[in-house]
Amino acid sequence: MSNPSNLKYTASHEWVKTESDGTVSIGITQHAQELLGDMVFVEAPAVGRSLKAKEECAVVESVKAAADVYAPVSGTVTAINGDLDSSPEAINNEPYSAWIFKMKPDNAADIDALLDAAAYQAVVDSEEH
Amino acid sequence: MTTLKTTPLNAAHRAMGAKMVDFGGWDMPVNYGSQIDEHHQVRNDCGMFDVSHMRVVDMKGEGVRAFLRYLLANNADKLTLPGKALYSTMLLESGGVIDDLIVYFMNENWFRIVVNAGTADKDIAWMKKQASLHAPQLDITDHPELAMIAVQGPNARAKVWDALPGSRELTEGLIPFSAVEMGTMFIARTGYTGEDGFEIMIPAKAAPFFWATLAENGVKPIGLGARDTLRLEAGMNLYGQDMDESVGPLESGLAWTVDLKSERDFIGKAALLANPPASKLVGLVLLDRGVLRAHQTVHTAHGDGEITSGSYSPTLEKSIALARMPVNVAIGDTVQVNIRDKMLNAQVVKYPFARNGKAVISSS
Repeated sequence: MSNPSNLKYTASHEWVKTESDGTVSIGITQHAQELLGDMVFVEAPAVGRSLKAKEECAVVESVKAAADVYAPVSGTVTAINGDLDSSPEAINNEPYSAWIFKMKPDNAADIDALLDAAAYQAVVDSEEH
Repeated sequence: MTTLKTTPLNAAHRAMGAKMVDFGGWDMPVNYGSQIDEHHQVRNDCGMFDVSHMRVVDMKGEGVRAFLRYLLANNADKLTLPGKALYSTMLLESGGVIDDLIVYFMNENWFRIVVNAGTADKDIAWMKKQASLHAPQLDITDHPELAMIAVQGPNARAKVWDALPGSRELTEGLIPFSAVEMGTMFIARTGYTGEDGFEIMIPAKAAPFFWATLAENGVKPIGLGARDTLRLEAGMNLYGQDMDESVGPLESGLAWTVDLKSERDFIGKAALLANPPASKLVGLVLLDRGVLRAHQTVHTAHGDGEITSGSYSPTLEKSIALARMPVNVAIGDTVQVNIRDKMLNAQVVKYPFARNGKAVISSS
């Protein structure tokens, strides 16, 4: 599975999708879910929480391990994906649809500074070699 | 970078799409796809594991039994039928656990022992040192050239019989926890999953063909990830996690494997008699949402404890753990586990959590 070109990425393996209302959805990448394996629990940040860029704000747990999810930019949490409470495996099955939380960025231009699909793939490749 | 050790099945794992990991210095398959699917595969049907990293040690000569009576915390005199196996710990003088192992009684001049991979060299050095003092006539030889394949699950024995001509006649009457030789192979009705099945030792050269034959007969490969959740549900200890040299068997849920009744002396006995256990191993089921993990702190009315093994149980669809707790903690108590600075509720239960395909958990 390739990384969709309409998304932005972080070096810490989050994907970021800009929605039409100006918020962004955040999930973890195909590469990240593959490393972690079967997901069994997702802990999302509280709606309304103010986040700084690169702050630990969510946790995804697979059978094997727990991993932190980081805020890609500074902003405020506007929604969490409650479906993941009962179906955390959606992150394995459809990593680029299974968003974990949404946030309103403090500064929309911060999104532009994130990695594009090609730059993110270079990060993945460098970790594998 | 150090080179990882490989088993004779390494190429087969890679060909089957395994995700390989460094497992205590061994390049081993953690899963071939979904670890949870592999777990259910073993509970509901059967699967095969490469456990060739474990080490086979043969003790031969006159007086093996008498030596084992002294070397092990369980009593080798319980082994009366040829082929019968016994689970035991091997202790330091301090009562700390050097390793847990299975010993098979083949005949009065030959006992076979299977030890953990990570402790094998240490174990063999200890056995040889004790033998030099107490039974210098014994020949103690380990067999890294033997591969080991575990086939586990309700249909495991039937699948092995299909794959291995002649094995049915030889092993259909084999009682649980016993073994028989078949040519250069050694077939034991033992395992580490809580399911029926075999652990089969086979010369390294023959292992890839046998593995492929099992696969052709519909036996799915299972990685070490599912092996860990299966053994945890079955309430089986993992050396290095649930016990080690710093704790004794009585503090590790293994009192049933220690024979303190007979008059025989064994290494560690004096320490066990002199020091009543300061803690005990119990099961936990998480009542709140989250995942129990090793080393999380458990708060109780009787003091703090610590999780030694924790994961998600695919059979129970809840998180479960083994935890070392103050001795006064009781089955049925609700305790608090510190997970990322949140206090989550867990119930103390009697383990095993699941065996033979079903949940068997008990909170009373």
